[in-house]
Amino acid sequence: MIAIIDYKMGNIRSVENALRRLGAEWTLTDDADVIRKADRVILPGVGYAGEAMENLRSRQLPEVIRGLRRPVLGICVGMQIMCRHSDEGDVDCLDIFDAKVHRFPDSDEYKVPHMGWSRISNLESKLFKGMKGGEYVYFVHSYYAGLCPDTIATSRNGIMFSAALKYENFYGTQFHPEKSGDAGESIIRNFLEL
Amino acid sequence: MPAKRIIPCLDVKEGRTVKGVNFEGLVDVGDAVELGARYALEGADELVYLDISASREGRNTFTRLVERIADRINIPFTVGGGIATIDDAARLLDAGADKITVNSAAVANPQLVSDIAARYGSQFVVVAVDAKQIDGVWRITTHGGSKLTERELFEWVVEVESSGAGEIMFTSMDHDGTRSGYPCDTFARMADTLGIPVIASGGAGCVADIAQVLSVGKADAALAASIFHYGEISISQLKRQLSEQGIDVRL
Repeated sequence: MIAIIDYKMGNIRSVENALRRLGAEWTLTDDADVIRKADRVILPGVGYAGEAMENLRSRQLPEVIRGLRRPVLGICVGMQIMCRHSDEGDVDCLDIFDAKVHRFPDSDEYKVPHMGWSRISNLESKLFKGMKGGEYVYFVHSYYAGLCPDTIATSRNGIMFSAALKYENFYGTQFHPEKSGDAGESIIRNFLEL
Repeated sequence: MPAKRIIPCLDVKEGRTVKGVNFEGLVDVGDAVELGARYALEGADELVYLDISASREGRNTFTRLVERIADRINIPFTVGGGIATIDDAARLLDAGADKITVNSAAVANPQLVSDIAARYGSQFVVVAVDAKQIDGVWRITTHGGSKLTERELFEWVVEVESSGAGEIMFTSMDHDGTRSGYPCDTFARMADTLGIPVIASGGAGCVADIAQVLSVGKADAALAASIFHYGEISISQLKRQLSEQGIDVRL
């Protein structure tokens, strides 16, 4: 069973729909026991990192997540709060990935938020099995995790940033695989098959 | 910068698409879900569904349709048409829409944009802007171009950007339906003025028009309806041709 962590951060319906299209079964939960027993855990998230951490803490979930030993996938803000710290709300996060999250500096050269389809490169994980690099995936974000030893994919919006991160059994994507067409679908399938 | 986006627009009335090409193998072109899935398969980067139903039943049908679209489509989609309150927006978000577009209601009540953006984030709010030139001044129109307002185009888009709009979808009512191309100077000025993406709508007659507005006009995306619905060019053909002209598109 897949557990999608329900901590009231944005619309998780698109994640559920992506799992349904792949024929997977899931449960939407904030129950620590259910999360600990799940084969796969997804931490979705649309919104504000400060609020996301607050919502995890009020459910006593940070330690539960850090203690998981099965594959975990954070998406977008879900990935960002698995990093060390986020400038969005100046908040200490789950400290799983060795990266800090900053806001894209304002620039005339690129737009903030970074929104739309961008290529991912330097793919280094089974999460991207069957992909060569250069595939387009869908991003919507104003904050980014910099490059670090945990980076397993990069993308660029003016500056290069981590499109995906991995540490042991923990994975995170800055983009939305559930909205990234066929490329995204195969990334989710790969996650389920890890 | 992300790739330039190509966005087909589907008009929906009482839950059915109003116009659509007879794709080979597509049994029911009136089925908005099937048509959208076909466009997604062909390489559409996003879809826009506009509800043009006038009745309450039509609106309820549309909400159920949005749920079916969300179940089926694996790319982002925007819905609009008659969104006048934050509750309308909430209903469509809950149904699974990635973004909503507001138009006339935002002009009547500018607070609507900031209310929706504050609750659901800027990425959820696309403000559709229709304008026409009167004595050299771009003025905002509402209700499909039938009502002229006193608002000036550039003041208005700056105002809605500061209210929290995530994108602007601009249609020149002088060009819409003429298939004579877009006012590229105006688009370029808008792109230079704003920090948020601009979607060009209304006016495309051929590939060169779309190439122009994405390059000279600096638009981030092009929205089109009839050029696709009547099968004059497929989305995959269009994107290949844009790519050959050096425009970054997702192939």
